[in-house]
Formats: sequence, structure tokens, C-alpha cells
Amino acid sequence: METHAEAYRAEASELLLELESSLLLLEETPDDDELIGRVFRAMHTIKGSGAMFGFDEVAAFTHEVETVFDLVRNGKLTVTKHLVDLALAARDLIRKMIDGEEVDKAEAEEITEGFKKMIPTSKQPEAPSTVEMVPEQTVNVTYRIRFRPESHLLTTGTNPILLLEEMRELGPCQVVAQTGGVPLLSEYDPEALYLFWDIILTTGRGINAIKDVFIFVEDVCEIKIDVIDGDGRLDVETGYKKLGEILLERGDLRFQDLRTVLEDKKFLGELLVEKKAVDPDAVSSALAEQAHVKQVRQKRQEVETVSSIRVDADKLDSLVDLVGELVTVQASLSQKAGMQGDAGLSRIAEEVERLTGYLRDNTMSIRMLPISTTFSKFKRLVRDLSNELGKDVLLTTEGGETELDKTVIERLNDPLVHIIRNCIDHGIESPEKRQEKGKLGQGEIRLSAAHSGPNVLIRISDDGAGLDREAIRAKAIERCLLAPETELTDSDVYSMIFAPGFSTAATITGVSGRGVGMDVVKRSVDTLRGTIEVTSQRDRGTTITLKLPLTLAIIDGLLVEVSDAYFVLPLWVVKEVVELTRADLAEAHGKHIANVRGEIVPYVPLRDFFRMDGDPPPIEQIVIAEVDGNRVGFVVDHVIGGHQTVIKTLGTLYNNSREFSGATILADGTVALIVDAPVIVRQATDETIRNYG
Amino acid sequence: MSKVIMTADDSTSIRQMVSFTLKQAGYEVVEAVDGRDALSKLDCSPVHMLITDLNMPNMDGIELIKQTRAKPQYKFIPIIMLSTESQDTKKQEGKAAGATGWIVKPFKPEQLLAVIKKVLG
Repeated sequence: METHAEAYRAEASELLLELESSLLLLEETPDDDELIGRVFRAMHTIKGSGAMFGFDEVAAFTHEVETVFDLVRNGKLTVTKHLVDLALAARDLIRKMIDGEEVDKAEAEEITEGFKKMIPTSKQPEAPSTVEMVPEQTVNVTYRIRFRPESHLLTTGTNPILLLEEMRELGPCQVVAQTGGVPLLSEYDPEALYLFWDIILTTGRGINAIKDVFIFVEDVCEIKIDVIDGDGRLDVETGYKKLGEILLERGDLRFQDLRTVLEDKKFLGELLVEKKAVDPDAVSSALAEQAHVKQVRQKRQEVETVSSIRVDADKLDSLVDLVGELVTVQASLSQKAGMQGDAGLSRIAEEVERLTGYLRDNTMSIRMLPISTTFSKFKRLVRDLSNELGKDVLLTTEGGETELDKTVIERLNDPLVHIIRNCIDHGIESPEKRQEKGKLGQGEIRLSAAHSGPNVLIRISDDGAGLDREAIRAKAIERCLLAPETELTDSDVYSMIFAPGFSTAATITGVSGRGVGMDVVKRSVDTLRGTIEVTSQRDRGTTITLKLPLTLAIIDGLLVEVSDAYFVLPLWVVKEVVELTRADLAEAHGKHIANVRGEIVPYVPLRDFFRMDGDPPPIEQIVIAEVDGNRVGFVVDHVIGGHQTVIKTLGTLYNNSREFSGATILADGTVALIVDAPVIVRQATDETIRNYG
Repeated sequence: MSKVIMTADDSTSIRQMVSFTLKQAGYEVVEAVDGRDALSKLDCSPVHMLITDLNMPNMDGIELIKQTRAKPQYKFIPIIMLSTESQDTKKQEGKAAGATGWIVKPFKPEQLLAVIKKVLG
């Protein structure tokens, strides 16, 4: 029963997804018979199967929807926007019911009424199916059923075994036959039935389903049905500890004593049978009941399992961690083998390197999910939003099969929602305006994803009005984000939209305009170690490109050395490395500024910043990084080179050291800290301001 | 070996529908146009189950059930009656005659198969 319900849920989920896409398509081509048929079939199956697996609420609710679409299918009704709206609302409600969420009764009533109004004649209420589908409880209830047929049952052609099997189909079921009534052979009538049965059944189908099993025999049998375990009804009384456990806990009883006493004691059942107080069959029946209820309660607590294995994200993380350590160990093995020049050892080291590579890729791929899971959500968002704002927008997606780390996908959802909202609200114009401009009335938002080296590019482009360069500039100046005389490149201006609280919308529209959003986007993308790029053309549209790393667990880094300690700078922020000589220092008069091909670049000497001892070498290196759109240098003693960095989180003790985003272990076992460049730049700036300003 | 079910009904359309449904489900079907026809055919070839209408010419369903039960080889087979009326009187009469269960017309093929499963397995 439970597995059927699970199968139904899975099937219904698929149907609901299909239903949604069909409805959305239907809105575009309302006359497509094939689509109408598909919608009808989906509703029909949801309803039909729903009734079969105990989703009576779903079945009852879906009935009206199905009736309406049956009329549509027979050409008696036409598809309208109103109909699609209602159907979508109904679809959402069904989804909730199937997921077992609390459903707003009023909303359900409203939708049902909406559908009823569409049915032209009023001869539908006596549809037979509604009668059977009185909403029943879908929670599992455990029943004790005593099925005691009269002895002539067999002569009515009834096979009691079949009835018991039917019971088993209702749910997990324990049947105990009571054989106490079987007479001696001399008195035995082979055509008579001497048995009766105790059945313990757990089902969500309600008591009527059980009564239905015995519908043909109810007047020739004694059928007694009792609820013994409802939805947590008896848990309180029976779920408490046993006497022995309580005494032990209080220290009133020693464990050894308890055990010796218990060893002497016989089971109550045995005692009762010994004293001939009850029949052995009755005892085994009662024990079956006990075991069954226990099992049912246990199951209630168990997490539901599906065909694919669900693994705790923590377990995956620790697997990734372990693989990371293996990569580290393998690196030091390769290094050692290379130094020893032993052919046999080198061969083994190479083999290990190859396998470790596979293992790493495999482990990473477990965490990968296609981005289409996120994309599909947006179709609905775009539809609802454009309706709300009176705009006509089509969402097209591309590259949904592109895979990304699960965490990245999850954290990407909110930023994408914000961007798409902005596209619809600010980007796409109203249909009239678009036609004035000679564009199609329907706007388009394209969502695409593609791999690009170790990154994934996610592009959101619209064919709307484009960003208003001057308006953004004016607003930025008004908000003191920009000095009036500053000349900026287009992309600099566009990046202003990511400043906190920035909005050029004249009115607040409930969707956007409060200036909350794009800065959130920026921050989310930053935490994902990604970058944002905006391009825009007046009246042609805007394209926002998010560049995200494939995974968060292993990054490309630049390994550097400062005073015999190692640090890793994330490679994507590093632009170039230049030398810093004593002469350069003298030239700058103690200011931390370098002249790189005529460009002034401020730098942070990491030795000073981390207050490390020792003298710098005569020639230091400046690693020039791009942080928050500015070029900033980090002065280090030596640059060692690129490094595949397996990120380890720092222990809780180091929670406050924000300068480091993590650590990694080098081939020889040395720890290198991963530098969080933006944080260091900010702290260094603050320090400078304190010292000089 | 597939099980044999007899359908006794004077209405051709009902017989056809029952027969079609049963054959689809993998049963063998023997058709009889009324009670008398049914009884004679019951003697010719063994049948595992009987589905009979109640109102038939020549011999009605109740009588057919009684006579069938009287035959030793059919004492324990399941017998299902089809009735348009859901009143208890006819039902009780049928049960008293030895019917195992009943189906109220109109019914869907699935309901028919569900009942067969219930009584025949």
C-alpha cells in the first residue's frame, strides 16, 4: 500500500509537471486537440489512480476539473485564459494534496466553484464517481479485525482465503488463524468451516475499504473492526518506558538483579497458556498485533525511500573531503616517486594518480545536477509575473542539461529569480510600447547555461529596453556612489545596479523597485566565487552573464610563499605577477603603490598585514588581483605556481579569521591558508584610513 | 489453464460486454442466453464461475442459482448475480438461493474484474 502510494506520488508528480507544461503550451495554441487530450488524460489519471491509492481528496477535487476538460475535449467548451489560470491553480492545489500539505479549504472550494460554473448544464452533480469519493482520511490507521464466518460459508461459493488476500492488498497485514473450533475427525464435516481469523491491518483507506472486502459475506459472518492505532492516538500511553527501565534509571535497581529476575520470569503468554486461561492461538494473535503495531510505528518514523538512493548531503561532503585528502596524499606520493627515480615505484605512483583522478571526477559528478531543475521553475515565474505586470513575456531556455554542483545550483536560485524579475519589470516593455518601437508585442527572456573551462556561464538576456546609462549615472551621483565628473566605461556604469539599495524605477511595483535584489544577486554570486558581467544596448535588451565555478570543493589556486609560510590565492582573481624591487619601494616614498606599465596599483604587503617576522628578500613579487572591480596587489616573497587546491574548512576555533576562506594541505603535508582577497583588501583599506585619515 | 466463466444473460449487449472484458482479462467464457440454456451448458463443460442476470426468460437467475448449487460439482463455485435494482429483497433472495455476491448495473469493466478477483482469485 505504501509503495503504491509512493508510486502514485511519483507518477502524479510527473503528470503534474506535464500538466503544467501542457497548460502553458495550450495557452499559446488553444485549439490543439492533442494538448487538450493530454491535459484531460493527466487529470483523469490523477483522479482515477488517486481514488485507488487512498488519495480520495485529490480524486474528489480533480473530478470537476476532469469534467470541464472532458467538455473541452468534446468541443463543448473552448480554452480560455481564465480556464488555464484555474487549471494551473488547481494543479498547484493537487500538488499540495499529494505532498500531504495542509490545503486551504476555501481556495479549493473557490477553484471547484470556478470549474462548476463552466459546466453549461447542471446535470453533472449526480456523477456516480463523486458518491464513492467522499474524502476519507489518508493517514494510516491500524485496525484489529475479527472475521468469524458461519460454518456454511463455503457453500455460498465464498473462498475466505481470497478475502484475506484482499485484506492484504489494503496494507501491511498480519493474519492469525484461530483453530480452536476444529472438532475431532469423527465429528468433522468436510464442507463446513471451523476456523476464524484475527487480522491486524494498517491502511490509509479507511474503515469502509475494509467493510467492502466483506461486503458479500457480512450477513453470514461476524465482522468486528476496532481501531487499535490511529494517527498517534495511543502512542502516549503505550510508548512509555517499561517498569524495569524506570527502576534502573532511578538507581533503585541494579542491572544484574533485574537480569536474574527476568531470566526466571516466563512470558505472560506462556504463563496464561500454562494456566489454561487463554487459548495458545489467542496469545499468538495478540502477539502478532503487538509486533504489527510496533512495526507500523517504527515505519512511521522511517524516512521514505525512493528508487534512487537519497544520501545525506553531509555524507557526500565527507566523501569529497576524503577524496580531497587522497588527492593530497597522492600528490606527495608522486613527488616522492619522482625524486627516487625507482621505475617500479613510479609506475605505481602513476597508477594511483590515474585512479585518484577518476575517483575525484566521479565523486564530483555525484554532486552534479543538471541546471534544468532550476530552469523549469522559472517558466511559471515568468508567466505569473508577466500576467501581474500586464506584459507578454516568453521564456526560452537553453543548455538545461549543463551540470553544476548541487550547492551552487541551490544557491543560484534566488539570484536568478531576482534577475528575471528585474528583466520583466524593468527590461521588457509593455506590449503597446514595444509595438511603438517596432518590436514584437511579446518580449523574450532567454536563459542559457554552458560550460566554459572550469566554469559555467549562465546568461540571462532580454530583448527589452536595455539599461538607461544616463539614468543609472544620475542615480549613482545622487546617491554619492559616483563623483559627477568621473568618466566611466559602460560596464562600470552598469555594475552600479548591483550597489545596495540601488533602483532607477520611478515607482515601486510590488515586484521590484525597492532597490533590494541586485545587490543580493551580487553577494550570492560572490559567495559562490563567481563573477557578474552586464552588457546592454538601448532598446535592444540587456544580457547578464554569471560566471560560476563548477564546484566549490576544489579550486585552482596560486601558491605563494611569505616568510616560510604558504598561502593560496584563488586563481580567478589573479591577473598578473610583477616584481617589486628596492628601487620601486624607494620611488614610492613608503607608500604602498606600484607603477605597473604606467598604471598606479595599490598593494598590500602580506608580510606586514599578517605581522610576520623576518626580512623580505631583495626582490619581492606583487600578485595583482582584481578585487571588487579594482586592481590590487598582494606582495609576497615568492610565487611558487599554480596549485589544485582541495579546500578544507578551518576549525571552529578559527571562525573569526575572516581573512582566510579555508586551508589546504600541500604534498609535503604543510598547511597553506587560502586567502580571501576581498576581505584583506577591505581590512587593509580600513587600516590605512585609520592610520592616515 | 485459464479459468472458465459462464455469463448467463438475455441481453446480447451485456453478454458481449461481459464476454469481451473477461476474454481481455484472460478468462475463457461460455455464453448462455437464459437459465435453461445455462443449466444445459453447465453439464457439458466444467465452469469455474457463474455470472448471471436475475431477470431472464425461460428460467430466471434465482432458479438458475438454486439448480446450479444443487449440482455436486458446482456446490462451491462462486456465483455472481447482476441486478439493475439495488433493493435488498432481490439480493437476499439470490443470496438465499446460494449466490456468492452481486454486481449492480450499470457497472464498469474494472468493477466486474474486481469482483471476479474477489471471489475467484
